Amino acid sequence: MPTLDQTSNANCANWNILFICWLLATSSTMGSVFLSHVMEFAPCVLCWYQRMCLFPLVILLAVGLFSFDKNVVKYTLPLAIAGWLTAFYHTLLYAGIIPKNIQPCTQGVSCTEEYINMFGFITIPMLSLLSFSMIIPLLIILNRRMSR
Amino acid sequence: MKYVMMGVSCLVLVLIFVFGSSYYKGQQTEKFGFMAKENASAFVREQSQSLGSDDAKVCIVEFMDPACETCAAYFPFLKQLMDANPGKIKLVLRYAPFHDDADYFVKMLEAAKKQGKYWETLNIMFKSQPCWASHTNPQPQEIWQFLPMAGLDVEQLQKDMTDPSIEKIIEQDIADVKTLDVHKTPGFFVNGKPLQTFSYLQLQQLIESEILANYPK
Repeated sequence: MPTLDQTSNANCANWNILFICWLLATSSTMGSVFLSHVMEFAPCVLCWYQRMCLFPLVILLAVGLFSFDKNVVKYTLPLAIAGWLTAFYHTLLYAGIIPKNIQPCTQGVSCTEEYINMFGFITIPMLSLLSFSMIIPLLIILNRRMSR
Repeated sequence: MKYVMMGVSCLVLVLIFVFGSSYYKGQQTEKFGFMAKENASAFVREQSQSLGSDDAKVCIVEFMDPACETCAAYFPFLKQLMDANPGKIKLVLRYAPFHDDADYFVKMLEAAKKQGKYWETLNIMFKSQPCWASHTNPQPQEIWQFLPMAGLDVEQLQKDMTDPSIEKIIEQDIADVKTLDVHKTPGFFVNGKPLQTFSYLQLQQLIESEILANYPK
């Protein structure tokens, strides 16, 4: 039987993990809005699918943080995984590993046109993949700790 | 504690965003100022259509698309501004044919120019636009019924539309669109300065500030 002190310490650490997830989601969202609104890069179809997964995380995780909902992982992890899968596909497409002719978006904004290329290898889909790749393990760790 | 942490991080993120934006916009303005000097020819080409006095010191370059609703909406506004400042403003129209079939309408305009009915045709095009340029259901052939209203010889127009020199104008304009980084229509430059925030008011302010700078009272 853990003491009251231990429980509250564990709770505090769990809250911090969730907080980091929220920070990641929020800064990614802002980055995404910066690219589309300030730098005026029109988001392509695949980017939109990733955004659909990313933007709600900001709200859902914040709600989870305020009430510190024990179930928060249940409804945020599926979104993060869906986002990760799309980002993974997009990154492969961008890198040319998946040939372009099977990509779904030919009209409008191209999904493979390179807008930014930082340090020679960091691209927009890679940033998205990175962000989801950080959020998912954190949520899984949180789930393990909370169901303990 | 929770609330403080979340509040502070929100604030920090928003501040980063705001400063980032203004920094980026500042950089862009500098870049365009530089480009206006370096690529002066990209703004106005010899064959570009213009309205207003050649001696006007305020030159508005508009990258437009005949099928663009916002271009149609801005056109009367520009005319009003020009009427309010007679002789001070020159409007140069360039093409940014982003819409489907936009090339087709640009060719129509250029062919109308050969009959000396450029502005009449543009006027009719903008007015009848809802009938043929719907985004969900564009019907480019519908435009033909309106063209005689501009006093055009439609048969001659159809012949002139195939003129390869028109193709060259479009190619040149598309190249300049890329050079000047225009990705929306209408894209405005006033004396080489791009319209930063898109609105009637911002455009009016930009034009008026240029009038004031070039025609001191």
